Amino acid sequence: MFEYAPAPESRSVVDIKPTYGLFVDGRFVDPTDGGSFKSINPASEEVLAEVAEAGAQDVDRAVRAARTAYEQVWGPMPGRDRAKYLFRIARIIQERSRELAVLESLDNGKPIKESRDVDLPLVAAHFFYYAGWADKLPYAGFGPDPRPVGVAAQVIPWNFPLLMLAWKIAPALAAGNTVVLKPAETTPLTALLFAEICQQAELPAGVVNIVTGAGETGRALVEHPGVDKVAFTGSTEVGRAIARAVAGTRKRLTLELGGKAANIVFDDAPVDQAVEGIVNGIFFNQGHVCCAGSRLLVQENVADRVLESLKRRMAQLRVGDPLDKNTDIGAINSAAQLARIRELSDAGSAEGAERWSPPCELPERGFWFAPTIFTGVTQAHRIAREEIFGPVLSVLTFRTPAEAVEKANNTPYGLSAGIWTDKGSRILWMADRLRAGVVWANTFNKFDPTSPFGGYKESGYGREGGRHGLEGYLSV
Amino acid sequence: MSERVAVRKTYKLFIGGKFPRSESGRSYLVQDSNVSLASRKDARDAVVAARAAAKGWAGATAYNRGQILYRVAEMLEGRREQFVALGVPADEVDAATDRWVWYAGWSDKLPQVYGGANPVAGPYFNLSAPEPTGVVAVAAPESPALLGLVSVIAPAIVTGNTVVVAASPSAPLAAVTLAEVLATSDLPGGVVNILTGHPKETVPTLASHLDVNAIDLTGVADADLATELEVSAAQNLKRVLRPAPAGHDWSADPGITRMTALLETKTVWHPKGV
Repeated sequence: MFEYAPAPESRSVVDIKPTYGLFVDGRFVDPTDGGSFKSINPASEEVLAEVAEAGAQDVDRAVRAARTAYEQVWGPMPGRDRAKYLFRIARIIQERSRELAVLESLDNGKPIKESRDVDLPLVAAHFFYYAGWADKLPYAGFGPDPRPVGVAAQVIPWNFPLLMLAWKIAPALAAGNTVVLKPAETTPLTALLFAEICQQAELPAGVVNIVTGAGETGRALVEHPGVDKVAFTGSTEVGRAIARAVAGTRKRLTLELGGKAANIVFDDAPVDQAVEGIVNGIFFNQGHVCCAGSRLLVQENVADRVLESLKRRMAQLRVGDPLDKNTDIGAINSAAQLARIRELSDAGSAEGAERWSPPCELPERGFWFAPTIFTGVTQAHRIAREEIFGPVLSVLTFRTPAEAVEKANNTPYGLSAGIWTDKGSRILWMADRLRAGVVWANTFNKFDPTSPFGGYKESGYGREGGRHGLEGYLSV
Repeated sequence: MSERVAVRKTYKLFIGGKFPRSESGRSYLVQDSNVSLASRKDARDAVVAARAAAKGWAGATAYNRGQILYRVAEMLEGRREQFVALGVPADEVDAATDRWVWYAGWSDKLPQVYGGANPVAGPYFNLSAPEPTGVVAVAAPESPALLGLVSVIAPAIVTGNTVVVAASPSAPLAAVTLAEVLATSDLPGGVVNILTGHPKETVPTLASHLDVNAIDLTGVADADLATELEVSAAQNLKRVLRPAPAGHDWSADPGITRMTALLETKTVWHPKGV
């Protein structure tokens, strides 16, 4: 491997406060019962800040604030004015993007080159995209007089903290709803900085409320009777619980849940391009990606060649300090997630698959996991069935396109899939048959605010992004 | 001269394109006829039939599906008097026929209206298109017996889904007669499966069935039961259409939401380059 001198991004651009309150009705407030939790840097285990934990009373306050803002300010406001606030937010995000990117990498552990070059540009683009919809809703194709739903409860995961916030808040606000958002307990800091951005944009009080906390806070929010719409991104298990909780209520629900995507490589695919796609598919963001290409299906006659090339490429991946601009793979987000990745990887070995990682020195402090592949995996193995949500790839082989489709679809999930082949008709034939909401052909892990994203089957329902992303936030 | 003795009809279930009796051997007396009383096993058999038909029906061309739905309207028109004799008002039969015609035309238009190209910020082809979600369980409205039934079946199947329908328990004869219409319309067996009997018996089986992709609770009037069914449906994250509000006007323009609620959007990306 080439040796590079360290190239750390400066932390000085970020001003982390020692403590944070809840963002309710346009102000930061203390929680009623004074509870708090610590958010740490997963790359060093250093405490970054102490963050308020919202209880049921705090959630109630936030939902009431959102309701008042919906009825008195945001609902009645002309779309062109809502649009201007969203454009303002998009611009401030662009202006403060380095600060947000560094804070995201500190709190989440993802490499700065990803937070800087992927997350932040997409966050700004999402607000910019949906800003333009706010005064054009009758043209969105959902009827001539679409109305907002009301107060949206939004619960987001820790893998793309600010991007998931953007996916939730931008369409909700554009459609005229107000929101109460709960960020993940391990990554609350960029959401709180976003609250400051709302203040800077002079967004009317109560339109966006941020309640920090863990599962109990999320439950109180989702089950609050004053909520009209629930949007959740996270595990399928929690998604099921939420679907049960909203049963029999008036609440609308969209869910973006787990995945176990197949990345399918045919024998006519350019090997180098396919290997880049495999690496991007599973090692992007430490594999903490619901649409990660975590099952490699490679055609049998090229399996050896692809694996040899993949291993050579993996040996070039740089694992380490997320703030170093050369880093490819950062820290695992939490001790709990690291334990889960280890547990499933151990199960892979125990069930008879063959494990391989490149030689790779991991830092002593913090949570780390070397990029790993398993070969000799069968469809019955846990590592082929369960979402690992880490930098671990299961390799299976196939002979015919029909077998590839059969294996790719042999999962309760249906979020994404990848196809690598030079033959156009085969791409379209495969794409028709793969039961997945996003199909990447000769590319992988591409996202865009205009492009709907979401799953089939137990990967959830509803779409985020694009014109389709408005549907969950409109009554027609 | 003695009056001719009429030949009566046996009212049976409609599963996989055939008309079997309930495997349970049970029937119930309703509308002066012995009508098959479907069991939980019949419901499961119907799901198997619907799943078997799903691939072919979803894979049929939109043009072909549209032609078949239009053929259903033709067959229904021809049996107008038969439905009237069962007590269905003539204008309801006409409305039901017109509804098939309306939905028939959607088969090759909805993907254009509901999907399309996405202008992503990069050198990529990116297209979103709707696809059927798969097997849909439906609790048909208690009334109107024919128009209500058609209004829940047509939007589900026009896009390529297959259905298992629990018919109105108090007016099942129209449902069985509609099955005869469907059976003579070139609709492949298993695309529509109709269970007569007590929905309280069959619908919970459908709601908890792991090979069902979506459930339409339109006809479930009991709010507690509807909640229970929605909870069951969460086990495999079925798409759920909640019960229709009391007094729903079935003659009004149905809009596209009944179709879109049972669709998945698939987005395909490909790089552009030379």
